[in-house]
Formats: sequence, structure tokens, C-alpha cells
Amino acid sequence: MLSIKNLHANVDGKEILKGINLEIKTGEVHAIMGPNGSGKSTLANVLTGNKSYEVTNGTVLFEGKDLLDMDPETRAREGLFLAFQYPIEIPGISNATFLKTALNEIRKYNNLAELTPKEFLDRIKDKAKVLGLDDTLISRAVNVGFSGGEKKRNEIFQMLMLEPKFVLLDETDSGLDIDALRIVSNGVNIYRNPNNAFLVVTHYQRLLNYIQPDFVHVLSKGRIIKSGGKELALELEEKGYDWIKTKEFETEKV
Amino acid sequence: MNEIEEKKTISTETSSDDMKVLDDLTSSEYKWGFITDIESETAAKGLNEDVVRMISKKKNEPEWMTEWRLKAFRYWQKMEEPNWPNVHYPKINFQDISYYSAPKQKPKLNSLDEVDPELLKTFEKLGIPLGEQKLLAGVAVDAVFDSVSVATTFRESLKEKGIIFCSISEAVKEHPELIKKYLGSVVPYTDNFYASLNAAVFSDGSFVWIPKGVRCPMELSTYFRINSQDTGQFERTLIVAEEGAYVSYLEGCTAPIRDNNQLHAAVVELVTMDNAEMKYSTVQNWYPGDKEGKGGIYNFVTKRGACRGKNSKISWTQVETGSAITWKYPSCILQGDNSVGEFYSVAVTNNYQQADTGTKMIHLGKNTKSTVVSKGISAGFSNNSYRGLIKIGKNAEGSRNYTQCDSMLMSDKCGAHTFPYIEVENESSKVEHEATTSKIGEDQIFYLNQRGISTEDAVNMIVNGFCKEVFKELPMEFAVEAQKLLAISLEGSVG
Repeated sequence: MLSIKNLHANVDGKEILKGINLEIKTGEVHAIMGPNGSGKSTLANVLTGNKSYEVTNGTVLFEGKDLLDMDPETRAREGLFLAFQYPIEIPGISNATFLKTALNEIRKYNNLAELTPKEFLDRIKDKAKVLGLDDTLISRAVNVGFSGGEKKRNEIFQMLMLEPKFVLLDETDSGLDIDALRIVSNGVNIYRNPNNAFLVVTHYQRLLNYIQPDFVHVLSKGRIIKSGGKELALELEEKGYDWIKTKEFETEKV
Repeated sequence: MNEIEEKKTISTETSSDDMKVLDDLTSSEYKWGFITDIESETAAKGLNEDVVRMISKKKNEPEWMTEWRLKAFRYWQKMEEPNWPNVHYPKINFQDISYYSAPKQKPKLNSLDEVDPELLKTFEKLGIPLGEQKLLAGVAVDAVFDSVSVATTFRESLKEKGIIFCSISEAVKEHPELIKKYLGSVVPYTDNFYASLNAAVFSDGSFVWIPKGVRCPMELSTYFRINSQDTGQFERTLIVAEEGAYVSYLEGCTAPIRDNNQLHAAVVELVTMDNAEMKYSTVQNWYPGDKEGKGGIYNFVTKRGACRGKNSKISWTQVETGSAITWKYPSCILQGDNSVGEFYSVAVTNNYQQADTGTKMIHLGKNTKSTVVSKGISAGFSNNSYRGLIKIGKNAEGSRNYTQCDSMLMSDKCGAHTFPYIEVENESSKVEHEATTSKIGEDQIFYLNQRGISTEDAVNMIVNGFCKEVFKELPMEFAVEAQKLLAISLEGSVG
């Protein structure tokens, strides 16, 4: 579904990604772990087309199409979804209006008819229930006055509403207490199926207890330095990132 | 106490990508820029007592009206053009303007069928609610085409309630007692340079009178349009709500594209007596000039309401997207005890537009209340100023004002300015002022992009959200139009 080859990217002229290679197939959940400043969030922003990030080399194919050639809204309409680490507030615009606009844009792009108000409302109620969101959240302005946990839940709610093919979770666990983490993970697990794929970006192993990945990659200084199964996450938790960094150092020496 | 504060913000850098989007998209042209091919009768350029007399005579006005105009003209001659607003333009040659233009065919009309079809087509292009289907929508329209009122609908059914809704020229002839009582009672002919000029040469406008205890059953509406070249348009509107009456009035404006700047100097006077309530809503999209700042309307308007009676209320709502230069301060004089004044405003400037707009709330009666919500949006190279005066007099005990003044910048070449003046003369009153300035957030745009929404739509959404508190004050039909106008005015303006 997603094929990243030799991806290099700069932020403010400084190279942050130094040649990422990653293949994600339909039905798979990959986790990217790594210390602060390793380039995890940069990867999420580059894939979704944030203009503050400059791609200097490499290719990304999404279902065979050149992803880097598309503007951010086209990537979204093709089925790419980012659950933001810091969801943005849009004062004066209700969650419902925002979601209706987004959903209809995506459906229009994919030659699907717009949802009727009733269909839309039913879907809202349905998905809100999954996440234990109360109805007032739907009519409130997008993320305005939301608590940290509500914002993260709202991201997952949007994911359920928009039904993307490929989901990037950027530090979705940060700032969540254990109950909220359980609810958010539950939303992800319900949505997870053989026809979609996930890339979970996280600093801690904790989230991966709830969202079990098929593969774990360790990102350090803009490169994937180790890949493995879900047991790799546990090893990291136990030994810390230094363990890998030391190993990397040894490898380079050899 | 007198506080003057200026805030100027010119904000951060812009990426070259955004500049490209800006260049690509600012090519949208003024949508209402057609010129109606209609025979009109236009006075020679220039202004003197003979021209004032001619205008009065053309309108078959009584002697007292001619005299009032002449008094205003003589007063105006001694006045100086004001130069304090934060706007810049070449000096206007008042002798190079024609002060009267009327469609030549000027019959008395009983139904729409009799109106010149060219004229009806113009109205149709403007989307004026004048046709049969619009009548069903419950809107009564007094359409002002250049200077003469051509069609008034719904007047009969209003008449049954005792409501008068007609052109001001008609009112001068048919209701002289009301005109003598109220005309110039809120904005006297000595008020200011443009108000005096208007008093001398005003062409037409609307008159509304709601009798005691009557609630006007529909929204009343006037559509103004400037068509002839180099004619100043000087409407005069007077709306009076007697004791316990209620009326909501809508004003909409458009003007075709002209190379030369056209002067528009209107006067609007509102009066509410005891327990009366009035809402006055404006959507203004006069031609703003082209992308280089050439042409466009000079909109120098005096709008003022007097809450004469106790517990009365006047509420101004305006959405200003047009005009090369806007200079206006819809104000309230809160004379009656417990009276309420409100001002809700969205002012958008793009390209080289300039706006200096705001309000004056003059608290005279006890326990009077006023609310001011102003949203300024600047794009391109434009300048947008809020100027407001809150004055609380010695006897206005227990009065309150709340002012909220927000500015949004869409580019790094535009300016947002705030000039709040506050004068409080007693100790029991309370005045609050809040102000914010922000640049439209690239992170907000990206967030919406990431959900499949294009940058254009994202900007509209963010701006509409920013203006929501004002839009919700507009009647439904107008709110939709206002949102569309905003979208057109700001097309491609993110940079």
C-alpha cells in the first residue's frame, strides 16, 4: 500500500530524514519508535504534505501513485489520514460542519454521492458511541476548549468518520490517561481490518500494548536502524534506546 | 478619561509557495461589473445653488424642502473636508461630479410588469429579491437605481398595518409632517462635511414609519446600485419606530466596474421611541477597484440611530466587503433610560482597499447598555482600521459597554489598526474592551487540508468561523449572501 524509498527531508534547511526505506502492505500495522528528535514526526508530516517540510530526495508510492506529487488535500482524498500529535483549534466552526465538509470532499473525489443529512447524522451517532463521546462535542467548535484527551479522541473520531485507507497516528498516546488510552486504542482496533493499514508513531511502548503492531522499526537520527516484530518494542522498553544506539555504533565500527 | 491606543501589526514572512497560490488565484474579477444600457437623464457636472434648486424642482419638492437643501448647501460651502481618517486618496474635485442621474423613462408604476425590462434584468443579475418568487419569501423591496426609486413592492399589505414604506421623495410630498419632524433630527445638516453635502443634494432613499405598537411583519429591504458614470449617489434613509414598534431593515449595495472613483455619501437616520426595537443590517459590496487599486467607490457614509425612548433598542449589523475606501461609523445615541445599542461588524479589505470603520456609542440615559463586536479581515496590500468611541455621560449612571475587537491578517503586506476612544464621566458605569490580532494560521489550513478540504475552502471556513458572532446577527437570507461575498472577496488571498 505504501512504499517509501530512500526518503530524505529537510526542516529549515537542516536534514532530518536521511534515507528512509519502508514497505507497508495492506492489513499491516507498523510502529515507528525512537528517541526525541529522531525524525518520527517529520516522517508523518512529510507523508501528509506539510509545506514546512522539504523533500530533497527519494520516492513514496501510495497504491502505486506518486504521493509526493500530490497536494495535502489530494493525499487526504486518496485515503491518507493523520491523527495529529497536537490537534488544531478552528474557532466558530462546529465539529459537525467540519466533518461534513471533509467527508463530502473525500466522497466527491472518489465519485461517491454525498451523504444525506440523515445518513450523516446516523454515522455520527454510531461512531461517537464507539468512543464514548457525548453529543455536545459534535456541535462544539473544532477542538476549541477541548481537554488534551478530548482532542485525541476527536482525532480518532474523525478517522472513524472519514474511513481512510491508511492511518498515521502521531504520538496519539501522549497526554492520555490510562482510560482514555484504552478508549482510543479500542477505536483503532475496531477500525483495523485487512483492507487498511496503520503507521503508529510513538515514543513509548505503552501504546503498543493496546495496539499490537505487526512490525516495529526503530528510528534514530533520520534512519531506520533496526526492524523487527512486536517483541522489539518490549526489548526497547526494557533496555532503552541507548542499547540500540550502542549497537549501531558497534555496527559502524565493524 | 481619554484613552487613545494604536496597534499596528504587519506580520510574519510568507513562503514562496503561498505567494504562488496568491498570484494564481487573485485573478477573480468583480462579479457584478455589468453596465445597464438604459437611457438616463443626468445633470451637468458641478455644484452650485442652481443645481440644488434643479434637483429639488426635478423632484417636485415643496418650498420648505428646497430651503432646507439650500441651507445645507450654504453651510457645506464653509466646511472643510475631513482628513483625520486613516485612509489616503487624491483630493476629490466636487465640481467634477454630476449630482443627479435618473432613468429617463420615469413613469408611475403599479406593478413590476411596467418596469423597464432592462432594469428588471439588472435586478435579476444582482439577485435582488424583487421577482414573484422572492415576494413569496416575504421581502418587501424598495429598489434604488441610481437616484430614483423605481419599484416598491408589498406596500399595500404594509399599509393595512399603518406602516409607511416608500421612497423619501414620496414621503416629502405625502407625509410632510413626519419628514419635518424627523428628517435631520438625528443627523442635522450641520453634522459633518459629507452629511451636509448629502442634505443639499440627496437624490432618493427610503422612508419607513412604523406606528405605535405595530410589529412589522416582514423584513424590509432596499437595494442600492450605482450605475451611471461619475454620478455621486447620495441616498437618504429615515426609519422611525414609534412606541412599542419593531422593524428589521436590510440594505444591500452593488456597483458596476468603473475606472473613475465614484463618490457615495449616504445618510441614514434611525429613531426608536419607548420600548421600540430596530435592527438595521447592511451587506455592502460596492466595486472595490481592481487589483492595482484603480477605480472603486468612495463610501463616506453617516449612519446614526437615536434611542429616544426608554427601553428602546437599535442594533446595527454590517458586512463590508466592497468599496475602495470605506469611512463610516454606524452609531447609537442612547438617550432613553435602559436603552440598548448594538454594533456587529465584519469589514474585509483586499488588494488596495482601505477601511476606517467602527461605531460610536453615546450613553446619555441611565442604565444604558451597548455591545460592540468588530471583526476586521485584511488581505493583499489593504489597510483595515477599527475606530470606536464609547462615551458615557455624567447622568448615564449604571451604564455598561462591552467591546470586542478582533483582527485577522491574511498576508504580510496588509495592516490592521485599532483606535478605541473611551470617555467615562461617572463612577457607576463599566466599560470593557478586548482586542486581538492574529494571522490566519498555516497550521489551521494544513489541518483542514489533511482532512481533504482545499486551501480555498479552508480559508473560507476559518474566516467564517472568525466572523460567526456577527453572521448570527444577520437575517438568514443575508447571512448566506454574506458568507458567499466573503468567499469571493478573499479568493486567493492567503499569503
